[in-house]
Amino acid sequence: MNFFEVIRFSLRGLSANKLRSALTMLGILIGVAAVILLVAVGNGSAKAISDRIEALGTNTITVMSTGRGGSSSTSLTKDMADALVDEQMAPDVKSVSPVVSSSSATMTYEGTDHSVATFVGTTPAWFTASTTPVERGSAFTDDDVAQGRRVVVIGKTVAEELFPGVDPIGKQVTVGGALFTIVGVLADKSSTGFDDANDRAVAPLTAVQQVLTGYGALTSIIVEAADPDRVDAVQGQVATILNQKLDVDPSSTSTPYRIQNASSLLETQSQTAATFTTLLGAVAAISLLVGGIGITNIMLVTVTERTREIGIRKALGAPRRVILTQFLIEASLLSVLGGALGVAAALIGSQFSIVGVKPVIVPSSIGYAVGVSIAIGLFFGGLPAARAARLRPIDALRYE
Amino acid sequence: MSRPVLEVTDLKKIYGQGEATVHALRGVSLTVERGDYVAIMGSSGSGKSTLMNILGALDTPSSGRYLLDGVDVSRLSDGQLALARNRLIGFIFQAFNLIPRTSAVANVELPLAYAGVKPKERRRRAMAALDVVGLADRAGHEPNQLSGGQQQRVAVARALVTEPALLLADEPTGNLDSKSTDDVLQVFDDLSAAGRTIVIITHEKEVGDRAKRLIRLVDGGIVTDARQSPLHLPPVGAARVAHGRAMVAGRHTR
Repeated sequence: MNFFEVIRFSLRGLSANKLRSALTMLGILIGVAAVILLVAVGNGSAKAISDRIEALGTNTITVMSTGRGGSSSTSLTKDMADALVDEQMAPDVKSVSPVVSSSSATMTYEGTDHSVATFVGTTPAWFTASTTPVERGSAFTDDDVAQGRRVVVIGKTVAEELFPGVDPIGKQVTVGGALFTIVGVLADKSSTGFDDANDRAVAPLTAVQQVLTGYGALTSIIVEAADPDRVDAVQGQVATILNQKLDVDPSSTSTPYRIQNASSLLETQSQTAATFTTLLGAVAAISLLVGGIGITNIMLVTVTERTREIGIRKALGAPRRVILTQFLIEASLLSVLGGALGVAAALIGSQFSIVGVKPVIVPSSIGYAVGVSIAIGLFFGGLPAARAARLRPIDALRYE
Repeated sequence: MSRPVLEVTDLKKIYGQGEATVHALRGVSLTVERGDYVAIMGSSGSGKSTLMNILGALDTPSSGRYLLDGVDVSRLSDGQLALARNRLIGFIFQAFNLIPRTSAVANVELPLAYAGVKPKERRRRAMAALDVVGLADRAGHEPNQLSGGQQQRVAVARALVTEPALLLADEPTGNLDSKSTDDVLQVFDDLSAAGRTIVIITHEKEVGDRAKRLIRLVDGGIVTDARQSPLHLPPVGAARVAHGRAMVAGRHTR
């Protein structure tokens, strides 16, 4: 009685009741697929969020004013931005980019209008600090900023809107009544939230202040740390300098500015996402457990129903081991096949985006889900089978 | 004379406890020599089925000794018992006990499968055994597609197929029509003529008359034990052996 023979017996046992076998497998299939897919969705959404945050730049902090309106005592100024470049007090600061932005600028080229979502005025350091590299052409220079030259780098969306099929570099556009020369196009950038990150234009700070925003407060200051590990240190240094500049009482809990730290934001977000993933996984694990109970139930029914058959087999000289193996293989075939189909279903399902999230499969979840389903099948299938195989043949034969 | 195939001494079987105690066997002693053809007759409740189950190693006695082919069955391990049931005993049940949803030939093959016979050889021997009981043309049918008589003949084929030293039949003809009964009994006669040891339970006088030895069981004890024909000669029924049957029986000779 070799092993293949026992497998053949098991297959015959399973195929004798096809519908029941199929339904049991379906239970495991759904359980396994749910675990893998839901964990993948959780993981995918966590990844999407962290990608977006990383796109903001993880080694930068953004200083924003909390003051409403233009009260000069609380607003951020170019002077403050310059003060942040200080070897002594802020040794970990790599660059400081003062930013003014306008959301109501209209760019016109040969009669075509485009309302630019964000028109940014800043310094060249902004391009690296905000991880927004220039794809074609070039960025403007410090000299351009110093001279207030009207040059502009536009985003992908702006380029497509105003210059369909035409190379925009060197063209002149009208913004707020002034002529700007396009010197570059920004690389494609993944969007944060609902805003189109490609619908923007970047020009020297001085030019934008002159033409659009005036010489008032800055919208924000982007400070780039020398090293991603030093972001927190930079945050402290920046806070110290700003407190001096703005005459903030050190004991005061509220400051007229707000510091946004992308890496701490990322940390918080990934913690939230991990909780979310665990929650989804737990829900799915319950469905896997239900699938496992399905196998247990079916194996109990199968063994009970076939106790007579076990008696006949024993009377014909089947050793206990062979009978036990047959039922164990039946149980594990159900769980292995169900599990494999579940993995296949999950892999197919992960090709589609679910509720706007592209699932990212976690390999360990596959092992976990399949392992649990097999363990359940073997244990709870084996238990009643072992009991039946131990019966004396006559007791098994008399079993009703 | 070689050692007996079967030797039981003071076999007792008690079911239940206290007031509800039932003495199914009250000290049965019996020796069956190799080549004997024994019919055990008795009314319902006389303990003949209990005796049969113990002889078939399906049940264990409450007390007493059972030597099968010289080996004390009570000392065999579970694995050795399985081997004994497979190699030494062919059991035919009153209730057929075929495995449902499994074809006749697969049912007959089953003991050979447990004996480790190769699939090809298994199929050949199973078909030959089915031919003996006249069901070769129904090999692919499942038990629920066969009549009661046909099912019992499949069960007989299954008991024959391992060519066991001892054939135990528990009222094998109880559910058969007269034609099938005759066929099955003929097979038993042929096997007996070929030197096989057979113990058969029946309450039909016709069946008992064909055996070489007739034992009557009443209330769990042997009341009569009569030899009807000599041990070393073929049974009376074998006189009617057809030529084809003799060929089949010859194949079973060791």
